[in-house]
Amino acid sequence: MKRAAFSQPLMPVALLMPQLIIIAVFFYWPAWEAVYSSFFLQDPFGFGASYVGADNYTRLARSTEYGKVAGFTLFFTLVVTFLSLGIALLLAVKADKVIRGAKTYRTLLMWVYAVAPPVAGFLGSLLFNQNIGPITDLFAFFGYDLQIGLNYNDTAFAMITVSVWKQIPVNFIFLLSGLQSIPVSVREAALIDNQSGVRRFWDITFPLLAPTAFFLLIINITYALFDTFGIIDIMVKGNPASNPITLVYKVYTDGFRGNDLGGSSAQSVVLMVLVLLLTIMQFRMLERRIHYT
Amino acid sequence: MKTNKRPIRPSDVIDHLILVLGALLMLFPVYLALTTTSHDNVLLSKEGLQFWFGDQMGQNFRAAMFDKGGFSEQIDGTAMLINSLILGVGFAVGKIALSMAAAYAIVYFRLRFATFAFWVIFTTILLPLEVRILPSYEVVTGLGMANTYSGLIVPLLASATGTFFFRQFFLSVPEELVEAARIDGAGPGKFFVDILVPLSRTMIAAIFIIMFVYGWNQYLWPTLITTDESLFTLVRGIKQITQSVFEGNQIPEYGQAWALAIIAMLPPVLIVIFFQSWFVKGLVESEK
Repeated sequence: MKRAAFSQPLMPVALLMPQLIIIAVFFYWPAWEAVYSSFFLQDPFGFGASYVGADNYTRLARSTEYGKVAGFTLFFTLVVTFLSLGIALLLAVKADKVIRGAKTYRTLLMWVYAVAPPVAGFLGSLLFNQNIGPITDLFAFFGYDLQIGLNYNDTAFAMITVSVWKQIPVNFIFLLSGLQSIPVSVREAALIDNQSGVRRFWDITFPLLAPTAFFLLIINITYALFDTFGIIDIMVKGNPASNPITLVYKVYTDGFRGNDLGGSSAQSVVLMVLVLLLTIMQFRMLERRIHYT
Repeated sequence: MKTNKRPIRPSDVIDHLILVLGALLMLFPVYLALTTTSHDNVLLSKEGLQFWFGDQMGQNFRAAMFDKGGFSEQIDGTAMLINSLILGVGFAVGKIALSMAAAYAIVYFRLRFATFAFWVIFTTILLPLEVRILPSYEVVTGLGMANTYSGLIVPLLASATGTFFFRQFFLSVPEELVEAARIDGAGPGKFFVDILVPLSRTMIAAIFIIMFVYGWNQYLWPTLITTDESLFTLVRGIKQITQSVFEGNQIPEYGQAWALAIIAMLPPVLIVIFFQSWFVKGLVESEK
């Protein structure tokens, strides 16, 4: 930490106050409310609530529906993370290698970062549209009737495709900057030692890229868990019952449509614990990363 | 015979091929959305998606911008565009102001509860708004902030990402600067305005771009907190458009709907492309 420069007592308090007040009102208060109401059962007509202990949690643990959603979330997260990381890695390695048009490729591969998830979902619903979608037509050509919004597996396929598409640019940007930070001397030494490009990649480049990849792993898991909300909301078209949804989406539907405040809050708390664990992992990775560089 | 020119190897061709395919994969959906905006709805319903441009683009964009739509028939694309700008700029400016002030206090002042403040602020990075969405909605509604711009923007500011970023940056500023400033008799206000802010200019620009895109693209929170259609942003409006395109009984207004989607993605995409180097620097640095 820097040696404190100024010793005016009131000024730093005044500087910190706006941020602290906003965080207290809009972060700590709601977070506390979530934990608190997860131990209560809300009357469905809005007349008060009664303390039920850990009932909301045991209800969750026993619910087959919640289990199914959790299972899909896990599957969705794994597939989206590995596909988007894999494709981005291939593109980043190639974009780092080529000399001609490197800048143009970089621009063309990263601009989708700025597309909002629901807009991406909307684009997906055009491509997979029942009546006019070209991807639906393509599947029909091979004799498969793709039914987005009606068939569980078809919707899952479309949601994953759109979510991967939307996430490739972020991974690409970080992986490319990771590749470009590998010192030229290391690259040249590797080039002299080893002629095979594939071996060079796995022996030299990949280990040096590992810290970035670990960090991206967490970023991607967070993305698949939370930021895909807009994609899912647009693609299930207000009909979540027969369609695949993720845990965050269930918090939303149970809380706002099902009016199950206690159950929704318990789900929020479960997610909070999950995110906390992920963040602890991330900090561990960061510590390790400092040792690498 | 040796030549200075590097011969084109087959592997070079493959590299470029992969990159071109990747670029096309990224562009294709948006290209189709663009061609969709250039045809009239009857043709699209009858003959499916068109892969080339028609002549209805101007008409569809005009309709998207100026025809009032939604359930209450009281908002058009222009009004939504303005709301999106208010959210994007308001969020970015608010974030930068709050986090620079907080980071300045934490790094440059002798403060008894500095460590405590640090942890109170940085815990917020751990839990995104999505996991505490229902109680946040209740708190904000209880404060009477539903359907207001402040209710739309301020709760989104309750996260410390910007503060963390500016703290890291301030710590990297050489200590000699503040010592020299003190010897010259500059107080904390003068040091901040005359030295620290000019030094942070690139960082501020980078954070502004990232936060603007983040604010502009907000969806879940605006969906909950703005039920009054005059406060809809473009991204929030996508939900309404989806419902009208896919759940209506008449011929869906594909052209107009996708024109609006294009308008919703254009400003953040253009900013990211034009200020690419700042944006990439900000993104990569802020995550360190």
